[in-house]
Amino acid sequence: MPDTLLFAMEATLNGLTAGVMYALVALGFVLIFKASGIFNFAQGVMALFAALTLVGFQSGQIPFSHLINAMFGTRLHHFGWNMPTLLAIPATVLVMILLAVLVERFILKHLVNQEPIILFMATIGLAYFLEGVGDIMWGAEVKALDVGLPKGMSGAVDDVTFAWFGYGFYIDRLEIWAAGIAALLVAALTVFSQYTKQGRALRAVADDHQAALSVGISLRFIWVLTWSIAGIVALVAGIMWGSKSGVQFSLSLIALKALPVLILGGFTSIPGAIIGGLIIGVGEKLFDFFMSPIIGGATENWFAYMLALVFLLFRPQGLFGERIIERV
Amino acid sequence: MKMTRLAATIAATMIATGPALAETLHFPSLSYRTGPFAAGGIPFADGYSDYLTLINERDGGIGGVPIRQTECETAYNTERGVECYQSIRGDNPLVLQPLSTGITYQLIPRTMEDGIPMHTMGYGRTSAVNGEVFNWTFNYPANYWDGASVIINYLLEENEGSLEGKKIALLYHNSAYGREPIPTLTNLAERHGYELLTIGVDSPGQEQGSQWLQIRRERPDYVVMWGWGVMNPTAIQEAANIRFPMENFIGVWWSGSQQDVRPVGAGAHGYKALAMHGTGMDYPIYEDMQQYVIDAGKYAGTGDEVGTVLYSRGMYAAMLAVEAAKKAQEIHGVAAITPAMMRDGMANLEITEELMAELGLPNFGPAFSVACENHGGSGAAMIQQWDAEAGEWNLITDWIEPDREMIMEMAMEDSLAFAAENNMTPACLN
Repeated sequence: MPDTLLFAMEATLNGLTAGVMYALVALGFVLIFKASGIFNFAQGVMALFAALTLVGFQSGQIPFSHLINAMFGTRLHHFGWNMPTLLAIPATVLVMILLAVLVERFILKHLVNQEPIILFMATIGLAYFLEGVGDIMWGAEVKALDVGLPKGMSGAVDDVTFAWFGYGFYIDRLEIWAAGIAALLVAALTVFSQYTKQGRALRAVADDHQAALSVGISLRFIWVLTWSIAGIVALVAGIMWGSKSGVQFSLSLIALKALPVLILGGFTSIPGAIIGGLIIGVGEKLFDFFMSPIIGGATENWFAYMLALVFLLFRPQGLFGERIIERV
Repeated sequence: MKMTRLAATIAATMIATGPALAETLHFPSLSYRTGPFAAGGIPFADGYSDYLTLINERDGGIGGVPIRQTECETAYNTERGVECYQSIRGDNPLVLQPLSTGITYQLIPRTMEDGIPMHTMGYGRTSAVNGEVFNWTFNYPANYWDGASVIINYLLEENEGSLEGKKIALLYHNSAYGREPIPTLTNLAERHGYELLTIGVDSPGQEQGSQWLQIRRERPDYVVMWGWGVMNPTAIQEAANIRFPMENFIGVWWSGSQQDVRPVGAGAHGYKALAMHGTGMDYPIYEDMQQYVIDAGKYAGTGDEVGTVLYSRGMYAAMLAVEAAKKAQEIHGVAAITPAMMRDGMANLEITEELMAELGLPNFGPAFSVACENHGGSGAAMIQQWDAEAGEWNLITDWIEPDREMIMEMAMEDSLAFAAENNMTPACLN
């Protein structure tokens, strides 16, 4: 088999796993947009905030210690103990649920029946607020995140592909795990929305707010529920991306990776987020593989948007998005 | 009537406080404590501020005149950096430290026009080394082209003087900063016979899958990195993932801090980077720093960055600024110097090992002197290597000199082109 073909196959495989990482971020956007029609600009910052909180709990860091020290002249930093990961993750989930309650109480409740653009602007404000709170709460330094997920080259994939093709493919074990976790997440979300009372209520609200209210579904509860689930998805994305390159402000910028995925997959489809992620992942890796020697690399950031733009021309609602026809 | 009285009170206050403000030495800091690059910006800003605080607290300022510090947040954003400059340019800033190559490029013509000196230590426009064109910009003790040349000279030492047939990949931040070493490495490739492979990474650099697949395919002997922010730990992690020999992976001095290696853990062991100064707290200056700044609670930020690589760099930049101010006072015979006088101090700065020892920083930085023909100092740098188990950087070489003859030739060509574009006649100011 020619080397170019083997390398292209390796790039495709890596594109698929990278696509799952993008899809993890996109899922949070889809959940909130589906249930409330809000494009949540703060989703990336939520992933950062969740990851910061998890590392803070794991390392026994005292929240707001820098602020407390500055105000009272103390030298507080750590509680003196480390929290096991299995406890730190549920504790972080509770924080994300609390955040969802606060978002509903202080932002969404006051913006019922407002235009989508107003709600979008509110999430921009939320993003800046969370960025600042995250910094004050846990500090701005780069933090290592280790939840015990394996990292590095997969020996099994290397061995198998070497036996088949005489060339061992590289694939990061963390991304294989990410693919498995994303599959579980999608399965859990599907089961939740199809087979539970709250899930059905969530779908009812997504279909028609007024109709859902008229049959006694609490819009406020559904919003808290949606934002809590989006918070948990943000935590999963934060863990995966944070394990890759540390927890720091740049983690919030992974949201930029989700936008083309959403344009491709549609803003209202969970399978669309996954398929969109895979298309973007494979597309950008193959484009870089073939075009990088000609145009000098650094194509990943803009190629995804170019691909999304082409899709927009032919299918503005995305691959799986709902086609909205408004008649006047 | 009330308004007139209020206006009169404000005017009187301004007159009363005016001379007091003039009797301070204004050292602004264009810092970035927020944004994607905050993790690198914070320790630098802390080190810069703490050293100036030490000079005020211990020595009562410079030549008896207290230092006034101001900080303007740029978030490593060029537009915001220019806004910061506009806000402080009328407040007698003695020297600007933009800490960003993008901001530096924007400020070069402005500072030339306004007569405000700028110090871009280890970053910025490399050809500013030619003081006949860039009268107001200084980039001592080393610049990017020095850094690239030092790395190649180190690799020559490692390979018994020949890089013939070797393949070197440059993994660079796809920005003005990251592209700076390409001309030097290209010229050196022709001279030493190695093959140069350039691989760009878009900012911020969190996703580098394609780049490292390419490195895995191309199998370079060495990878040289020009990264910043999250690009650094991501690259080191990816190198560890593909089992690239870490001792053959060398970063510039902006890719060699604790923030770059700690997130990777044991995988970063053996990674190398340039060092333009020493690091750690084994210097006598830290006794004074502890007494006058840290224990007194007068430290900048949270006080937990003291002694780190980027804190040391900020402290070094402040130390060089203070020494230049002293030189300016000596030249002009006045304590309350102006930005123009500060420029003269910088243009005649001489740093000796005796002076460094006297300042409590023995063997911390290279000895060098500045002249109109050379605003760039010695260009020498060391190589440091990360010990993941001990969690510390170890210096593994002495000072390595760059190929200054070639660099000065390239700098001359670039700076003269700048002068021609701007209808300038190159000349020394003093």
